[in-house]
Amino acid sequence: MSLLELDGVKVHFPIKKGVLFDRTVGHVYAVDGISLKVEAGQTYGLVGESGCGKTTLGRSVLRLVDITEGSVVLDGTDLAKLPSEEMRRFRRRLQMVFQDPLGSLNPRQNIESILSEGMVAHGIGKDQEERREKIKSILDKVGLPSNALARYPHEFSGGQRQRIGIARALVLEPDVIICDEPVSALDVSVQAQVINLLEELQEELGLTYLVIAHDLAVVRHISDTIGVMYLGSLVEEAPSDALYAEPKHPYTKALMSAVPVPDPEVEDRRERILLIGDLPSPANPPSGCRFHTRCPWAQAERCGTERPELRDVGGGHRVACHYTEEIAAGTLKRTTGEVVPATREGVEDVPPTLPEQAEKAEAAVGKAEQAAKAVRADEVRATDEAEKSPDAGTTEKATAGTAKTDTEKADHVGKADVEKADKAEKADEAG
Amino acid sequence: MSVATKTDKIQRLAELAAVKETSTGASLWREAFRRLKRSKMAVIGAIVIGLFIVLAIVGPYIAPFSPTAQTWRNEVFANRGEFVGMRSENWFGLDHLGRDMFSRMLVGARQTLLVGVVATMIGLIIGFVIGGLSGAFATLGGDTGRRIDSVIMRFIDMMLAMPSLLLAVSIAAVMGQSLTTVMIAVGVVQIPVFARLLRGSMLAQGSADYVLAAKSLGVRKRRIVLSQIIPNSLSPVIVQATLSLATAIIEAAALSYLGLGNPDPAIPEWGVMLTQAQRFFDNAPMMAVYPAVGIIITALGFTLLGEAMREALDPKLRG
Repeated sequence: MSLLELDGVKVHFPIKKGVLFDRTVGHVYAVDGISLKVEAGQTYGLVGESGCGKTTLGRSVLRLVDITEGSVVLDGTDLAKLPSEEMRRFRRRLQMVFQDPLGSLNPRQNIESILSEGMVAHGIGKDQEERREKIKSILDKVGLPSNALARYPHEFSGGQRQRIGIARALVLEPDVIICDEPVSALDVSVQAQVINLLEELQEELGLTYLVIAHDLAVVRHISDTIGVMYLGSLVEEAPSDALYAEPKHPYTKALMSAVPVPDPEVEDRRERILLIGDLPSPANPPSGCRFHTRCPWAQAERCGTERPELRDVGGGHRVACHYTEEIAAGTLKRTTGEVVPATREGVEDVPPTLPEQAEKAEAAVGKAEQAAKAVRADEVRATDEAEKSPDAGTTEKATAGTAKTDTEKADHVGKADVEKADKAEKADEAG
Repeated sequence: MSVATKTDKIQRLAELAAVKETSTGASLWREAFRRLKRSKMAVIGAIVIGLFIVLAIVGPYIAPFSPTAQTWRNEVFANRGEFVGMRSENWFGLDHLGRDMFSRMLVGARQTLLVGVVATMIGLIIGFVIGGLSGAFATLGGDTGRRIDSVIMRFIDMMLAMPSLLLAVSIAAVMGQSLTTVMIAVGVVQIPVFARLLRGSMLAQGSADYVLAAKSLGVRKRRIVLSQIIPNSLSPVIVQATLSLATAIIEAAALSYLGLGNPDPAIPEWGVMLTQAQRFFDNAPMMAVYPAVGIIITALGFTLLGEAMREALDPKLRG
């Protein structure tokens, strides 16, 4: 059995209105039915764009927000149903590392006081002397000097503060640590240090992590299993390598295609899927598949009406899409969305100055004219549609971008031609 | 460079490092105090307040004459507008009953300070309890807590809705004329200010990440409030207390001026003295000037210190 099991967890925040008496006028469906399993000693990575409910899910596991429905089972105990005092005592086994290292440390407590807070609450250690010994050993583990004890949080650097945050979680000897964006507030070089520290600690202490992040590289590096969240629900879950090798859900595909590849040749041939539109409001999620409003493969029937369940497509790869197989086989045509080459837009790779390229340049002029026409048409269309869909702007911008490059090329060529003509005239006059 | 000096240097560096190793960290309070010492405003304010306090303590002992004895009553004729101004014997002149103004100012400082401090303490303590409870319910009490908080706050709003001087006058009118009444009246007026301030500050801190962190550690709610939220919510309250010491003195003077203060006019208090001087302002303006200037300087001292403290405690200015 898995150490931590979430089954159908829903967290709905009521939207209240009213002058004297609060009326509930609706709900924000922050987390809407999430089931996942975290195995002991493993790392589960949770990714998704901002506002998809990943932080809320992390907090709901610790019952820092109320769970509307569903169960969170840690080692056979359903946390969602625990009375508050028992839950308080249970928190010892379930700790959290926060995103903002400074904000999550009380500025008026010194490090010793911050780290003993949890031990005092759970009655660990007979006296302060014993607790201090323990704190010192933990500080050593996370790589902080023991003279840090009497210092205050503002006297440390960002990475050190996050180490303090990790130490605070560790002193209680938890089974599971939930890391809510543990490195996103840190410098890249410090990020690596903190991630490596987390990994070392996991190896040494047999910890289980639930890592919440939006940085795909971080999650890939640290996770054994990755879950991709979209608008309060999981759309795909797979072992880390499988997910990165072959993302199956259209949303994951789009997400992965946004990551640049360090190899310039691959990068040039790579295609990017541009999603249309914004994340819908979690207060008013779309019917059926949550993603069908932005999905490039959205179909007229099932997608808008039937909500897909997470289903196993082999190899522990779970996908919440009706048409996974068809998309993978390439039998399903894209209905909307834009696929653009990933070459950097607006950058001219080879300036057309060589004579052999004159023909190419002429072709480019023609293309530019077409593109310019297209841009004009787009502009007309944009003004028409501006109100209807503010998102369409992105795609149009993209087209406009390519068009601009072409026009620039054309200008360049044009100038060269004029210069040639001038020279020829001068030659004539001389002759 | 010789080897000896180099080793000396290394030795010194090692010593410095050793000192740093054992030094304790700088708490925010200590840093704020350091900033306060550097501020000119705070130093001037502190000197003024210090002098005032010294005066309040030793005033009655160093006063050259009795503040109540009408020693020179044969030289002052208030009806005819004959007063005695500054002279070598009586530095500040005489009042309408032939008493030494200088002695009365010295002795009156104590009463004035007492009114300011006690009134502010009344407002601070009661306001702190109400605001603290309200803030605790609002931040950690869940839905029920928020309801309790909103009931308490409506009550506070009712108090705030009344003009403060009117409220003080009504309290003084109900409780009768005495110095205690003035203190209570002035203090009660401050309650909603302190309560609102502390609650607001606690609400802001309550949503901070470190409170969430304490919750996730499993710290008990009472301890979260007492050791996490309240210490971080104190700064604006401390500043307000300093500033309201000044207003309390002025308000007490105003109440005395309206005739609701100390019923025994013999006991000098700056506010009362100001009231009494009013009747003779045409003939003896200096009789009003001394207590008025006294009140202004004291209030200024508290305001200067309060403002400097606001700056020193402001987390945004933290270096």
